[in-house]
Amino acid sequence: MNWNWNAVGDFMPMFLHGLLVTLEALALGSLIAFVLGLVWAMAQRSEHAVVRWPVVGVTEFIRNTPLLVQLFFLYYVLPEWGITLSALTTGVIGLGLHYSTYTAEVYRAGIDGVPVGQWEAATALSLPRMRTWGAVILPQAIRRVVPALGNYVVAMLKDTPMIFVIGVLEMLGEARQFSSQTFQTIEPYTVVGLAFIVIAYPASLLLRVLERRLVR
Amino acid sequence: MSADSSTTNETTNPAVDGSELIRFDHVTKRFGTNTVLDSLDFSVKSGKHVTLIGPSGSGKTTILRLLMTLLKPDEGTIKVGGEYLTHESKGGKLVPAGEKHTREVRKNIGMVFQQFNLFPNMKVLRNVTEAPVHVLGMPKEAAEERAHELLDLVGLTEHVDKYPTQLSGGQQQRVAIARALAMRPQVLLLDEVTSALDPELVAGVLDVLRDIAHTTDITMLCVTHEMNFARDISDDVLMFDSGRVIESGPPEKIFTEPEHERTREFLSAVL
Repeated sequence: MNWNWNAVGDFMPMFLHGLLVTLEALALGSLIAFVLGLVWAMAQRSEHAVVRWPVVGVTEFIRNTPLLVQLFFLYYVLPEWGITLSALTTGVIGLGLHYSTYTAEVYRAGIDGVPVGQWEAATALSLPRMRTWGAVILPQAIRRVVPALGNYVVAMLKDTPMIFVIGVLEMLGEARQFSSQTFQTIEPYTVVGLAFIVIAYPASLLLRVLERRLVR
Repeated sequence: MSADSSTTNETTNPAVDGSELIRFDHVTKRFGTNTVLDSLDFSVKSGKHVTLIGPSGSGKTTILRLLMTLLKPDEGTIKVGGEYLTHESKGGKLVPAGEKHTREVRKNIGMVFQQFNLFPNMKVLRNVTEAPVHVLGMPKEAAEERAHELLDLVGLTEHVDKYPTQLSGGQQQRVAIARALAMRPQVLLLDEVTSALDPELVAGVLDVLRDIAHTTDITMLCVTHEMNFARDISDDVLMFDSGRVIESGPPEKIFTEPEHERTREFLSAVL
């Protein structure tokens, strides 16, 4: 089992393509997770039980079932109901939906951390409900939870290889394909492994800096 | 730090004719099995400054929080300016008020809290303009002009561009006073506004409130342990005990010759 630099060079075009797909899935998945998680968190504080309970049910269900199962479900079951999406779209939705149930908890903690006096001051000034959320509560809540949200982006990065199982050629997929064509295994998988560290570790360091800046 | 009466007199309420502005009718409030207010009746006339005194737990702060709709009464009704606060009449019957009705009536009331509760994510100026712009629909420029006047009144002209955390407690509380006044309320509720302050900062806040009390016709409801301040600004003092008003009258009378034994005990403990 010898290390072959030529194989590394040969893998590069496929690797870079895979890297791009991974980053694309991560960016779009995170966007969905950030937005949808906020929607869940706010809905869970609704004064209407008909809004609250279904949202609690759905998010608990998604959070407590494996991402892998959800990906298979989205990819193979939805078409039977007439909804056909590309593998990448399915993967992005799967990642975003799954992680939205984690970010929802993060937002919830952030919102709970805003002192009750802020709500009271907003009431005393008769601020409309949307304005109270948008101008008073969320800016304070989100500031506190940016590092925690970032941690889930890093976690999602490490879960992106899962979308390979529904046929998305992200980094792992490209490595797998390369090795089955060339019978070189150690080089492509090592490159992919290193790529994850090279992205994830600096991101973690950056988050630690953010945490010191934002969370007081 | 003198009050500029030309600006503050705009905080006029339409009827300073001594008509009844606030009325509690048989208001009961319980927390669990603890009855904090027990079928309380009282009223405050327009333009009056009323101080609520009494031992802690006697229900004073609860009254302010009921008026601000931070709490709901278990029984009874509250009227502000002739309108029910937490009820509205529909088809001749009194039903719990909708959000919209409550909001309309509540706009006449402003509150200053013990813990200031400024919005830490907004600069001082925007703390004061936020509600006028987004609740009263004032144009931003007009709201800022008014905010500058009010911040001038409370002696914070040079701090408009700071964040609340960059200010001392006393300064924060004066911003909170300006923020409440910016809504031109008819009623200002003051909930132990100096209790969280370091002793040397209390005087500055009380001076501002004295100015406002003496130069405007805003109605004030004040819960405080600062008896000298209460004596200075109050038209009436209500002594509370166990959720009831046990004695009321002008400050000269309450502070010098109280009739009730509980009042005497309380005053000798705090004075």
